[in-house]
Amino acid sequence: MAEVLVYVDHVDGAVRKPTLELLTLARRIGDPVAVALGAGAANTAATLAEHGAVKVLTDEAAEYADYLVVPKVDALQAAVEAVSAAGSLAAVLVPSSAEAKEIAARLALRIGSGVITDAVDVEADDKGPVATQSVFAASYSTKTRVSKGTPVITVKPNSAPVEAAPAAGTVEALSVTFSAQATGTKVTGRTPRESTGRPELTEAAIVVSGGRGVNGSENFSIIEALADSLGAAVGASRAAVDAGWYPHTNQVGQTGKSVSPQLYIANGISGAIQHRAGMQTSKTIVAVNKDAEAPIFDLVDYGVVGDLFEVVPQLTEEIKTRKG
Amino acid sequence: MSLRIVVTVKYVPDATGDRHFAEDLTVDRDDVDGLLSELDEYAVEQALQIADEADDAEITVLTVGPEDAKDALRKALSMGADKAIHVEDDDLHGTDAIGTSLVLAKAIEKAGYDLVISGMASTDGTMGVLPALVAERLGVPQVTLLSEVSVADGVVKGRRDGDTASEQLEASLPAVVSVTDQSGEARYPSFKGIMAAKKKPVQSWDLEDLEIEADEVGLDGSWTTVDSATERPARTAGTIVKDEGEGGKQLAEFLVGQKFI
Ligand SMILES: Cc1cc2nc3c(=O)[nH]c(=O)nc-3n(C[C@H](O)[C@H](O)[C@H](O)COP(=O)(O)OP(=O)(O)OC[C@H]3O[C@@H](n4cnc5c(N)ncnc54)[C@H](O)[C@@H]3O)c2cc1C
Repeated sequence: MAEVLVYVDHVDGAVRKPTLELLTLARRIGDPVAVALGAGAANTAATLAEHGAVKVLTDEAAEYADYLVVPKVDALQAAVEAVSAAGSLAAVLVPSSAEAKEIAARLALRIGSGVITDAVDVEADDKGPVATQSVFAASYSTKTRVSKGTPVITVKPNSAPVEAAPAAGTVEALSVTFSAQATGTKVTGRTPRESTGRPELTEAAIVVSGGRGVNGSENFSIIEALADSLGAAVGASRAAVDAGWYPHTNQVGQTGKSVSPQLYIANGISGAIQHRAGMQTSKTIVAVNKDAEAPIFDLVDYGVVGDLFEVVPQLTEEIKTRKG
Repeated sequence: MSLRIVVTVKYVPDATGDRHFAEDLTVDRDDVDGLLSELDEYAVEQALQIADEADDAEITVLTVGPEDAKDALRKALSMGADKAIHVEDDDLHGTDAIGTSLVLAKAIEKAGYDLVISGMASTDGTMGVLPALVAERLGVPQVTLLSEVSVADGVVKGRRDGDTASEQLEASLPAVVSVTDQSGEARYPSFKGIMAAKKKPVQSWDLEDLEIEADEVGLDGSWTTVDSATERPARTAGTIVKDEGEGGKQLAEFLVGQKFI
């Protein structure tokens, strides 16, 4: 059976959930071979094996953390060459994080292959994998395939379930020779994002967001309280972020995160096209807005026309009561 | 020596319009008004600020696109860029990201550059990978997705806010930079700027000028194929209630029914 390379997104050996989803998709196409780079890479193997990786190629060189993007492109290229030489390579799957997308594109150019970004589904087909993308703020859905070379496809979070599928997960050292460009952009400092204790925005099953209607950073505690009652992540519109009420890392939309949770609750958000671009593929959408004409109501499964300062705390109380 | 800045910009269909696909599954650019991608305005803005700080700098805006794309160049010129290059060729229709990066890289090399500045992504394609591709082709450092950028003594520095960490980056020129919408509000063109833009030079280049063969670009040169594009069915109309004092409870009821609680 052909092999599929899966680029592993991990933090010091802790595999991030979108990578496990990639393994589910990779198994539809062939045998997943994972590539894990940087500090802690070898520690990813057990989790990856549990979810279907037949092999885990690792390299823990310092260059991956010290320089931007290019060392990882060099490594993936080495992995592509190693796997192609030993057998047949059906595709390279990469999570759709900002960095991994850049890695995927440069890799594709180097190996003479087409690249598809932000797929929401990948299916096997006799002419090679077919990717589904959601475009124009999710108003269209396209099916695209790579017509030249080995398909390189980046996949958005929440595009597939995480499935247990135990495989060997044999760890092998990947031998990488860094290119002249590898050390071009130096990372001179790194400040890890503080953990809020809440689920990761892009990975959460439920997202509770606040917009301009929240009217002040102190009022975001109402949004956070609702989120916590549901075990949800907190999102914000750009208006709320630009006003300085909530961090940019929580922004949902075209220039923020794209989310696709089971449930999205928009509070005091009008539903501008750029916001919709980041949440329109959510399974169930709920909104609280005092303006009955707000465009967000065109998307909702359930909407409450009302003041969020009344409706949201009541909802939070009710959830707490019901959950006991 | 003068700091040569090239800003890449894209002319895109207005996102608030009814965007759709043409019969050949390329983006239909005829039925919706176009404009300079808002995300490229941030690139023009940072170029202007960097040029202000430099003793001597020249900003060239570069676009690849149909005739109307000149509008995007005019807007950038009216914001304060010095000159413009328009790469236009019938054979470019349907070019994918890899092909576009070839055209941009060749044009940037022909124009001459110390610094390339791009927006974080286009507002229509939204891939966000062109700056990385252009850097790969030019063989120069990629310093991308910056929320803060500065250039001094032939070195570009910036802050890149990632998913798990915020990074400080540094590279020597020449380099390719991209900036996010967090990098600072873009200025509005002044009346004087708009008048001055009319007199600024706009050069037109075609594929021959860039020594690119027709089969390297366009739909035929594309390394990806779109099989189909279907409009997503409109979401079925949901239930909308007016809060009469029980709105929160009613919403909880709905969530219970959907098994979220
Ligand atoms: C290139 C570009 C990229 C962009 N990227 C993004 C992006 O990534 N994400 C994003 O969100 N936006 C983005 N925008 C901005 C977008 O166009 C909107 O301006 C923004 O989404 C508006 O945020 P909002 O809905 O919170 O504010 P508004 O549009 O002002 O809406 C506020 C809503 O709150 C309601 N409200 C007010 N008070 C209350 C109350 N007490 N109770 C209940 N409801 C109340 C109002 O009725 C209104 O509907 C982008 C724009 C551009 C041009």
